[in-house]
Amino acid sequence: MATKILTQYIDVPGIETFDVYRKQGGYTAVEKAIKTMTPEAIVEEVKKAGVRGRGGAGFPMGMKWSFLAKPEGVPRYLVCNADESEPGTFKDHYLMKNLPHLLIEGMIISSFALGANKSFIYVRGELMYVIRILEKAIAEAKAKGFLGKNILGSGYDLELIVQPGGGAYICGEETALLESLEGKRGNPRNKPPFPAVKGLYQCPTVVNNVESLATTSWIVNNGGDAYAAIGIGRSTGTKLISASGHINKPGVYEIDLGVPVEDFIYADEWCGGIRPGHKFKALVAGGSSVPILPANLALTLENGDKRLMTYESLSEGGFKTGTMLGSGGFIVFDETSCIVRNTWNFSRFYHHESCGQCSPCREGTGWMEKVLHRIEYGHGHQQDIDLLVDVASKIEGNTICPLGDAAAWPVASAIRHFRDEFQWHIDNPIEATQPGAVYRGEMALV
Amino acid sequence: MEDTKPQLLKVTIDGIDVEVEPGTTILQAARKIGPAVSPPAMCYYEPLKGSGGKCRACLVRVAAGSAKDPRPMPKLVASCLTAVQDGMVVENETNPQVIEARNGVVEFLLLNHPLDCPVCDQAGECDLQNFAFDHGKVTTRYEEDRRTFEKQDIGPYIQLHMTRCILCYRCVYTADQITNKRVHGVLGRGDASEIGTYIEKAIDNDFSGNVIDVCPVGALTDKTYRFKNRVWFSKPVDAHRNCPTCSGKVTLWYRGEEVIRVTARKNEWSEVTEFICNTCRFDTKKTSDWTIEGPTKISRSSVISANKYRADAIKPSFGQRLAAAEYKEIPDERDTSQLGIEPLPPERFAKTLPSAMAPEP
Repeated sequence: MATKILTQYIDVPGIETFDVYRKQGGYTAVEKAIKTMTPEAIVEEVKKAGVRGRGGAGFPMGMKWSFLAKPEGVPRYLVCNADESEPGTFKDHYLMKNLPHLLIEGMIISSFALGANKSFIYVRGELMYVIRILEKAIAEAKAKGFLGKNILGSGYDLELIVQPGGGAYICGEETALLESLEGKRGNPRNKPPFPAVKGLYQCPTVVNNVESLATTSWIVNNGGDAYAAIGIGRSTGTKLISASGHINKPGVYEIDLGVPVEDFIYADEWCGGIRPGHKFKALVAGGSSVPILPANLALTLENGDKRLMTYESLSEGGFKTGTMLGSGGFIVFDETSCIVRNTWNFSRFYHHESCGQCSPCREGTGWMEKVLHRIEYGHGHQQDIDLLVDVASKIEGNTICPLGDAAAWPVASAIRHFRDEFQWHIDNPIEATQPGAVYRGEMALV
Repeated sequence: MEDTKPQLLKVTIDGIDVEVEPGTTILQAARKIGPAVSPPAMCYYEPLKGSGGKCRACLVRVAAGSAKDPRPMPKLVASCLTAVQDGMVVENETNPQVIEARNGVVEFLLLNHPLDCPVCDQAGECDLQNFAFDHGKVTTRYEEDRRTFEKQDIGPYIQLHMTRCILCYRCVYTADQITNKRVHGVLGRGDASEIGTYIEKAIDNDFSGNVIDVCPVGALTDKTYRFKNRVWFSKPVDAHRNCPTCSGKVTLWYRGEEVIRVTARKNEWSEVTEFICNTCRFDTKKTSDWTIEGPTKISRSSVISANKYRADAIKPSFGQRLAAAEYKEIPDERDTSQLGIEPLPPERFAKTLPSAMAPEP
């Protein structure tokens, strides 16, 4: 049932080498694009395909490309955001390590479409071995004439540069990434101006996720309409989901957008169900920053319909009963997991990763972490829950970049859906701080 | 005749219309109207390019984006960086959401800021103090320990109190833009970020002292002036001298006959108008070195100007305003003629609340 667009050849031995990848039909899209298509035609195909940014925000890629300013005499840049650091997300890592040439092919096509002669892959610093794989693959592609000067005799030059990051989560935010790429401190910039107007070195820049760029070779080969035929509504194509947590088969799965959440969790093809003897308690559907949902809301919408793995269906009901597809970091919790501890853990991450530039995020993330720590370790006060809600609401939307929102949403949603559990921690500090103690009160387990 | 002037844009801020040139930010437009509608700014500093956007104190709501596209902006925006559009409608103090956000920002800034105003040299001319006075709460909800830092010595003239820093980055921009070489910057990340020189090193150049003036709080203070005085006991006087390195236009702060401090001149938004050199600031503290121009005009309500220069510039406190609003003469029909008490003339009541009864400046 599932179409394999990205991971079709992932199991072929030696696919990370140029020759094997070429034998499987690799780089035909580059040939087709550069020899037979105009840049505008490629942008048009991508627009038709309706690919939505796979990095988390879900902004349509074709639209982003068409916003790129094209002043005369100013270079344009394409930057691939491979700084995947969202807790629970490991799809880009998987894609780059196994299929480096797929990304490179996508980068060549996209750079050609945007008219960029120098493109960057910003990889998070912890993935040094992936950087080596990518550099090896780039050298191979260059040797075969797919990169460098005069690609395939077309007169188009492209240099591809792999840049390791310093390992900061904030550098996954596009403007912070650009600052970091310029060699500065990775502080997000104020927007506007957007990178499409003033990006890297103040030149027009497009920043795209690894997975988004990797889809372009399939789109060029098969056409944007064929891509748009997969999926439901405005959620077109396939998506890599990194499934983890208390499931039988954690891993990266490529799904057609539109698979019901229930099927994704319980079907043997994908997660294979909750681990034996346990029940489904909560779900983080798109990486740690999206709101957490209790099992019943994760599987069904308010009106009783099945919730689907699409951008729209997951956010159905707003933040009251919905969440987001985000980056596809699918974390499943069973009834042995303590939501308070988990929220504290997420909060600790955001406290550690806040860049410290704007005050609500710098001070607020630390405060939330300390209050959650207090509740988790049995020193919570009755007013702490309301305090957390208030602090989260004062961070959300008032910061320069979305990290503030990302830090506030998990806390606000955990309290919205699991308030009893927080209350139990505050009311029964001795019981709650026993090793392995978990709230066993009333809740919707599936 | 051709219209050579750029067309002015009309903006409405808190119901007051103002016409400004294209490219003006909301904050500048509000400042044009006056202090009553200006959002507070803790990090934005007009003379410094690129400053602003960090403290989030100046957040405002844009109720209508422009005349062409009158949709409201979805989030609160930083007024110091958002350029105005023709027909923009901005809500500043009239919007409860903005006030709420601002109260939040004060609370966040004060979480880790030591409440040591009584021993802090900046007290009385501190932006954070003013901001907290307008938007802060009396109590804190923060129970944990405040963050502390290792002490860093950054030279003989400037004292760095990192605990008081609110990371506005003004001193970093100052060093970048008015000196040749910046040796200090922001180290670390999140709430562990601090101003420092990495390898402990003196900030040593002719204009280093200006970071003291731009600091909105008491994080960077003058070592030659520390603990000598409270700012409201000193009298600011404008003076100049023929200085080979800078404009030489300064403010001298007198206590009695003695010049106890020299600073750059500041405008009504506490922004330095002309940066001065270290020789003027630290080494020339004799009246004979200077040509006195006259008392500094402090137009903004401040403890420095209190009871000194312009009584009318003192903004009535909230309590006074409330008292004035709620003041009602109680009809006293008792016959006091027998008691030998002169009835209090009505203007005496008014005198007890002089500034409160007057309309807001």
